[in-house]
Amino acid sequence: MQEERRVISVIVANEASALSRISGLFSARGYNVVSLTVAPIPESDYSRLTIVTVGSVRVIEQITKQLHKLIPVLRVSDTQEMIEKEMVLTKFPITEDLNNISVLANAYNGKIVNVGTDTIIVMIADEPKRVEHFLTAIRRYHPLEIVRGGTVAVDR
Amino acid sequence: MQISGAQMVIEALIAENVTTVFGYPGGAIMNVYDEIYKQEGFEHILTRHEQAAIHAAEGYAKVTGKVGVAMITSGPGFTNAVTGLADAYMDSIPLVVISGQVPMSLIGTDAFQEIDAVGISRACTKHNYLVTDAKDLPRILKEAFYIAASGRPGPVHVDIPKDVTAQIEEFVYPENVDIPTYKPTVKGNKRQIKKAVEAIAEAKRPLFYLGGGVINSNAAEEVRAFVKQTGIPAVETFMARGTLRYDDPLLISMLGMHGSYAANMAMSETDLVIALGARFDDRVTGKLSEFAKHAGIIHVDIDPASISKLVNADYPIVGDVKGVVAEMIELAKEQVDPKRYLPWLETVDHFDKLHPLRYIEDTDRIKPQWVIERVGELLGDDANISTDVGQHQMWTAQFYPFTRPRQWVSSGGLGTMGFGFPAALGVKRGAMDKISINFTGDGSILMNIQELMTAVEKKLPVINIILNNNYLGMVRQWQTLFYNKRHSETDLSMQPDFVMLAESFGGVGYRVSTKEEFDAALKDAVEKNVVAIIDVKVERLENVLPMVPSGGSLFNMMLLENKES
Repeated sequence: MQEERRVISVIVANEASALSRISGLFSARGYNVVSLTVAPIPESDYSRLTIVTVGSVRVIEQITKQLHKLIPVLRVSDTQEMIEKEMVLTKFPITEDLNNISVLANAYNGKIVNVGTDTIIVMIADEPKRVEHFLTAIRRYHPLEIVRGGTVAVDR
Repeated sequence: MQISGAQMVIEALIAENVTTVFGYPGGAIMNVYDEIYKQEGFEHILTRHEQAAIHAAEGYAKVTGKVGVAMITSGPGFTNAVTGLADAYMDSIPLVVISGQVPMSLIGTDAFQEIDAVGISRACTKHNYLVTDAKDLPRILKEAFYIAASGRPGPVHVDIPKDVTAQIEEFVYPENVDIPTYKPTVKGNKRQIKKAVEAIAEAKRPLFYLGGGVINSNAAEEVRAFVKQTGIPAVETFMARGTLRYDDPLLISMLGMHGSYAANMAMSETDLVIALGARFDDRVTGKLSEFAKHAGIIHVDIDPASISKLVNADYPIVGDVKGVVAEMIELAKEQVDPKRYLPWLETVDHFDKLHPLRYIEDTDRIKPQWVIERVGELLGDDANISTDVGQHQMWTAQFYPFTRPRQWVSSGGLGTMGFGFPAALGVKRGAMDKISINFTGDGSILMNIQELMTAVEKKLPVINIILNNNYLGMVRQWQTLFYNKRHSETDLSMQPDFVMLAESFGGVGYRVSTKEEFDAALKDAVEKNVVAIIDVKVERLENVLPMVPSGGSLFNMMLLENKES
């Protein structure tokens, strides 16, 4: 069966074990997690999880149903109409071509956010697919460290 | 009123009308047990093992339809109970299990008898709680009972640190539950129900596929009426035994791995499956791609995740079976004509005549199936039946004449050896007016034999009938059929003296090797109303047939007839 990538947004009550319930569901049932981000929703008792997963239509349907079965889960949505963004922090040696790096970062909604004696740090925030392009493009500047933040998404 | 967390537990149980608690004390739960010593609101039954406490609570819940309650301590007390929790989770049995935990200040320090109980139980409970403040206890206990019993039922685990049970706080037990994130859908979608009934009216070979959800939702009465009204034949899953009377002309017995030829063939030939509270378990469906290949599927289930999980439903209806069937009955009055299905009934009848569910009698040795049929003849409706796990379990599901829902208690989803006897204790306590029979095997009975002490002490006269073939019979059967008779570690020739064993605990033991002896032993045990073991020497090499080999198609059965030749 054809596998597809899906972004699932989960609203969950702020409880100590909510995250482990959700990650436990994925591990126990053998579902894939590509990325998972979580943070409280301001001025509410809930948090939002954004899960990127890969699976067949049947598996995706099961994931959403099983997530919804968890008692602290308020809402699960997996519409394909989502605006997705991912943040990446990348560290380069200061000896690399900073001009080019800066131009590249600009092209991906980013900039240089820190300059040290030996390294610079670049932040970008863009769609996951474009993030992949960025990571390919910067390879030639010998990045020392790449930290991906995971996808966050919101319904269009 | 200002009371301790331990007192709150007692007050909550009384408020929930709990009359029986099964349990085993220990260090971390001692504050609660100190309150149990003083209270008179419910009976505490001390089992001799925590696993047995949970199984007893399961048996009690199954037979009464109430929430079963068990209480255990931290660490090993809790880990012993895990099998019971998993068993209840797989079979959707409503339980509230309260465990003690080390004090809050010691959590995470590898303290004596500490274990991450909620971390472990998360995988095998419907929900769980670690109570960190006694202020939350009334709400949490109220929620626990509500979650356990509502929607698709299941076990809920509440872990309470020792200092929280000592903490003094104001106690007001909430009257209502409000969990914004948990609102199970009970009422089925009207339009879907209408479409489903239309599909029934148009089908030529419809078939009811009744699952354990029918029993859980107390829908047997409605289902019986619906089957009768429509004249559509029905197959039951293992978990649904007793939904229809054994002699209902429209019941085609059990389906699945050890289902009857007629039930499995009907499922293979049907053009419309009407699945009620059934979850298309692999032991039922066999090879999925061949399962009910020509049929549309109506699937009614309270658990949305069960619908289209394995088999795509053409008419998915999320809701409580009882209400949905009641609505279907009304619609079907106008639309469904039972005469339409008469040719189909003839076909089913033909299947049944071709290969009826039977066994071959033996004049020398007792056949295990005979024992089950005989108990059915002698006790029938007067007995509640539990089993352990193995061949005896399948024979009981096949051959006992069940007449009512909640008469049958067995470990379906998890297949827990050692389930039967402690469950039978809970069954007996839940229905003292019925005889409690536990069919067991010589392997299974030894897994929770210590409960003889509980049974004798609490005067819970369970009659254990061991169908003793000196084998782990079901594994031996698979070894015979699929492992070229390599009977690796399944020969149980070395056995205790079960008669002496029963008597050493203060029960009564019977050793039986003829039919006459069996009748006499059963009569005596029933009349004396005692805790008993009847050790029946049965034919050693009997197999459970028919059989669909694991992963095979339902219509490719190993049949008794083939074995004879």
